[in-house]
Amino acid sequence: MRRIVTATVLNQSGVLNRIAGLFTRRQFNIESITVGATETEGVSKMTFVVQVEDDRMVEQVVKQLHKQIDVLKVSDITEQAIVTRELALIKVMTTPQTRAEINVIIEPFRATIIDVARDSVTIQVVGNFEKIEAMIELLRPYGIKEVARTGQTAIKRGSQRFVSDSKQVSILN
Amino acid sequence: MSQNAKAPELKFENEPVKRTEPMNGADLFVETLKNENVEVMFGYPGGAVLPLYDALYKNPIRHILARHEQAAIHAAEGYARVSGKPGVVLATSGPGATNLVTGIADAMMDSLPLVIFTGQVATGVIGSDAFQEADVIGITMPITKHNYQVRSMEDLPRIVHEAFHIATTGRPGPVLIDIPKDIATTIGNAEFVDELNLPGYQPNFKPNSLQVKKLRGALAKAKKPVILAGAGVLFAKASGELLEFVEKMQIPVVNTLLGLGGFPADHPLFLGMGGMHGTYAANTALYEADLLINIGARFDDRLTGNLAHFAPNATVAHIDIDPAEIGKNVPTHIPIVADAREALKKILSLDLEVPQAEEWRQKLQKDKEENPLWNTEGGEGISPQSLMRIIHNVTNGDAVVTTDVGQHQMWTAQYYGFKKPDQWVTSGGLGTMGFGFPSAIGAQIAKPDKTVVAVAGDAGFQMTLQELGLVAELKLPVKIVIYNNQALGMVRQWQETFYEERYSQSLIPVQPDFVKLADAYGIRGYVVTTEEEAEKVMRETLTDNEPVLIDCRIKPKEMVYPMIAPGKGLHEMIGVKPQ
Repeated sequence: MRRIVTATVLNQSGVLNRIAGLFTRRQFNIESITVGATETEGVSKMTFVVQVEDDRMVEQVVKQLHKQIDVLKVSDITEQAIVTRELALIKVMTTPQTRAEINVIIEPFRATIIDVARDSVTIQVVGNFEKIEAMIELLRPYGIKEVARTGQTAIKRGSQRFVSDSKQVSILN
Repeated sequence: MSQNAKAPELKFENEPVKRTEPMNGADLFVETLKNENVEVMFGYPGGAVLPLYDALYKNPIRHILARHEQAAIHAAEGYARVSGKPGVVLATSGPGATNLVTGIADAMMDSLPLVIFTGQVATGVIGSDAFQEADVIGITMPITKHNYQVRSMEDLPRIVHEAFHIATTGRPGPVLIDIPKDIATTIGNAEFVDELNLPGYQPNFKPNSLQVKKLRGALAKAKKPVILAGAGVLFAKASGELLEFVEKMQIPVVNTLLGLGGFPADHPLFLGMGGMHGTYAANTALYEADLLINIGARFDDRLTGNLAHFAPNATVAHIDIDPAEIGKNVPTHIPIVADAREALKKILSLDLEVPQAEEWRQKLQKDKEENPLWNTEGGEGISPQSLMRIIHNVTNGDAVVTTDVGQHQMWTAQYYGFKKPDQWVTSGGLGTMGFGFPSAIGAQIAKPDKTVVAVAGDAGFQMTLQELGLVAELKLPVKIVIYNNQALGMVRQWQETFYEERYSQSLIPVQPDFVKLADAYGIRGYVVTTEEEAEKVMRETLTDNEPVLIDCRIKPKEMVYPMIAPGKGLHEMIGVKPQ
């Protein structure tokens, strides 16, 4: 199962190394990690998308992350009301005939062309995982030269209207 | 979701408590150690730590100069294990630091509080593959509770104070501080800070009362309760509370390997050690229980055997200060994140109903009587089991005993009969050969008046025997007992059992003359080949105030039984009865 876990961490040197090492050592599979600054100076937020076998494994991911001294807070936010976003840059081969077609395809995705060359265009698209996947699938027939993705970052919605009844992981029980 | 949900309070400025006179980083290093009441440290000098050693020359703290860094850190582990204080280690950069790695991993696995200082090349050349440079922070990240590299001289007091706090609180563990050489020579003023600012580290000591009430409910219903007591009982100094709880509730007790001594071995409710070489009664109790109360053990695979068959019918309650241990290996119904002593005190404060378990206790008592530990009779050489009984008798069961890993370790665990906490120093989780002898040195330094017996195999002893020099220098009365079967006994046992007696690289027929070796260091040495001789020599030498080495020629083919083969459950013991 796919889970989205966020961690707020102190911005100490080596903290990314510490956490990446922990994932490797405990055989947790990561799909993506994003790291960036938060509203508080000296504190960063990491968003992990992890593939786990069961609830017990998510619990271990959360608990092991929490055990790190530089980690302030860990949450498995998969079941909460959240917004996730990822940015992708997609370089697609073009001919004079296909260029207009591609423009039409990307429009409903609110994607933009950020670079044009004689035989290719580079498209920037922002959205959740499914949207990016759909965009890439639609462009694939034209010949994708290169894809660069940031990985997902996530934030909880301002109002948590949906109360989930799924099992929550707790550190203190 | 709780996650200690408090929002992080970040304060990067603290009130200065004590501002020092201008001094260099090395002098400041010594001051910070004195501030933490460090009485003794274990180490070995080298290029990158020359300034630190110079500062120690001028402003001494007792320093034990091991003959190899690995022995220095094992000695610090032994010291920490029996004294309850953090062991402090100092080594140089590069090879000095990498020689510590085995000990750091060992301390991490067995939760021993250590604060380790390593030298590092100067900040300007870090990353340039300078002479004696190694990425010690990277190397030790997965085997420390936390580690630091000091980037500015002014940070040193804060980092040292945090390191001692982190190493000794919560689930103890090793913390490493890497000090570049130029930090040690920088002159400046620094501030000593008593206040700690670790928003990401707040171990929980007090149990959740809801979970404790759930445990009370489970106790009232239990017909077959059993307690599994681990090293958490020792770290929490909870053996008094454990005894009170056990006697009040009349629940049988199993110890883990590292938990031995947390409950008296001669108590009628004690079933013995559980796990791969545990007693029949202990393993049967774990297998058949309907309520399993784990206090401060981590359900290690050598204890549980095949998890699919572990305690299949039990409600599992688990008291542990480390939340990550709860539910890691065994699904847990009643999780109690707390210090073992706090948790037991809380349980004892409730109105408790004694479980109706008379039938269960009688059955286990019968199991215990009908399936005692046994050993082969006759044949060439000393019975290793009888040898351990002799050591027990000669030392009144009161000595501090240390071991390596392997057959001699299991015989010690099975036969010494530990009655009190902090008597038992062994490499449990990592299973480190060469641990027993240097850790005995540390234990002897912590308890100068105690008899300390280092039990070692002939192979393991040869891994750290250079420390005979340290014993001779300090005139430490450490008693070295070598279980000599001219083999890697446990490897040999597995090859006999599972590899059709193909003894691949496990027999060591050529050995030094251990008596002459001891003599070369000015230490008394004896070789004994019969139980009578062993008893006579031990009566003469184990309780006096001089070091001694006794080379005991044990039966070379003796096996450790009972045994649970890898992949088998606790109910599938072999060698329960004499064959």
